[in-house]
Amino acid sequence: MKWPAMGYARVESLDELWQVLDAAGPEAQILAGGQSLLATLSFRLSEPSGLIDITRIPALRGVSVTGGTLRLGALTRHADLGRDPLVAAHAPILAQAAPLIAHPAIRNRGTIGGSLALADPAAELPACMVALDATIVVASRSGERRVPAADFFQGLFTTDLQPGEIITAVDVPVATPASRQTIVEVTRRSGDYAMAGLAAVLAVTADRTVDAARLVFFGVGSGAEIARGASVALTGTKLTQATIAAAQGALAGDLDPPGDLHGGPELKRHLARVLTARALGPFLAPAEQAA
Amino acid sequence: MNRRIDITLTVNGERVSRSVDTRLHLIDFLRMELGLTGAHTGCEHGVCGACTVRLDGDPVRGCLVMVASLDGSVVETIEGLSDTGEIRDLQEAFVARNAAQCGYCTPGMLVTAADILVESPEATREEIREHISGNYCRCTGYQAIVDAVEDVLKARRTSEAA
Repeated sequence: MKWPAMGYARVESLDELWQVLDAAGPEAQILAGGQSLLATLSFRLSEPSGLIDITRIPALRGVSVTGGTLRLGALTRHADLGRDPLVAAHAPILAQAAPLIAHPAIRNRGTIGGSLALADPAAELPACMVALDATIVVASRSGERRVPAADFFQGLFTTDLQPGEIITAVDVPVATPASRQTIVEVTRRSGDYAMAGLAAVLAVTADRTVDAARLVFFGVGSGAEIARGASVALTGTKLTQATIAAAQGALAGDLDPPGDLHGGPELKRHLARVLTARALGPFLAPAEQAA
Repeated sequence: MNRRIDITLTVNGERVSRSVDTRLHLIDFLRMELGLTGAHTGCEHGVCGACTVRLDGDPVRGCLVMVASLDGSVVETIEGLSDTGEIRDLQEAFVARNAAQCGYCTPGMLVTAADILVESPEATREEIREHISGNYCRCTGYQAIVDAVEDVLKARRTSEAA
C-alpha cells in the first residue's frame, strides 16, 4: 500500500544530523539506501514520524586502506562492494557476497551501513563482518565508538546501536597471504534471502595447517551465528576431508535453527553441513579435492 | 520536518521542478505527476521489478525511491530510452523473439536488459538470467527474453568487431 504520512529532512553533514535528530525526536528514522526501510513502509511494518536522509553526507562515503585496515564508509553500496578493486584485494569475501545480495537494481541503492543496522537474520553482510572480525564504527553527538562485529549484532533485527547513534564506517582487517575467505548460500530463487548461508574466514599456512577459522552462519537462527565448535575442530590441524567431517559433526552443538517457511530445523542442519563442505572443499589439497 | 519538499530534477533530459509529498515514490511521481506511464506499478515493495527505471545512470526500483530525496538527480524512463534510440535494437529483438506478451513487465525488463548491454557485453545465457532475476515475467517463461537479449549482445559484438 502507499506509504504513511511522514516528514523528510536531508542533512549534508554529521553536525547537521545531530541537530535534526534532536529536533525530530525518537520516532524519526535514518534513511540511507532505503531498500529495506521503504519496503517496510509499504507493508506498514514501520510508521516513522519522519525520515532523515543521510545519503549526502560526504564523511560517510568512500573506500580506503590505511595500514592493515580497509575502511568502508557506511554509504558504500552493495554494487560498489562488487566492483571496488580495494575490496576485491583486501576483503574478497565482500566482493563475493555482493552478487548474492538481492538483485542489481537493489544493489545500486542498498548500503552496507543500512544492512548492518537492520541486522536481518538471513542477510549476508552481518555474517561476513563477524567472520572477518570487523569493527563497526558508530557515532553520535557525543563522539565515536568502535564495536567488534561479534558484539554489535545482538539478535533478531537487534544491534548495539543506541538512540542518536548511526553507523559511520566499517573497519575490516586486510586479508593476508594466508587468508582464505568464502561465502556460500542456498536460495530457492536467485536473489532471495538465503535458506541457509555460511561466511568462512580462515588462515591457512603453506602446508595447509589451519591457524585460525571463523565459520559464521546466516539464515539459520536469529542473526549471524558463530559456529564455535566447528571453528575449533578446524583450528591447529591440517585441512583434510577428515577435519571437514569433524567440523560438520561439531555443527550439531553449534546451531539450534528454528524452522521457517523453507522447512524445519533438520533441513537447516542438513544445509549447514552441506555448506560447510562446499565452502571448505576448494581449500583442500588438489589431490583430496578430486576424491 | 516537512511533509512537502521542493525538488528540481532531470527527467528524460528535461528539467522538472515540483513540490512533492513525502509519501510519493518515484513511480507514482512519474506516472501521476508527469504522465509518464511507461514504468509500471507492480508489487510496490521492491520484489517484481515492473517499476525499474534508471536513476543517475543505474537501474533502480522506482517504488523503493522516495521522490522527495531526488533533488538534483537524473531519471531516465522507458520513454526516454525509446526517444534517444539507445535501445532500439533491444526493442526490435523483443518484438522479433516475442519476448513481450501482456507487456506489464516489459518496460522494466528493457531497462534491466539495457544494463546488461553496458555492464556485461560478454554475458552468457546463464548470466543474462541472473541479471534479470529481479524482474518478474508471468507470461513468457523468460526463454524468449533471454533469446532477445542474447541476440542483441551478439549483434553488438559483431558490429563492434566490424
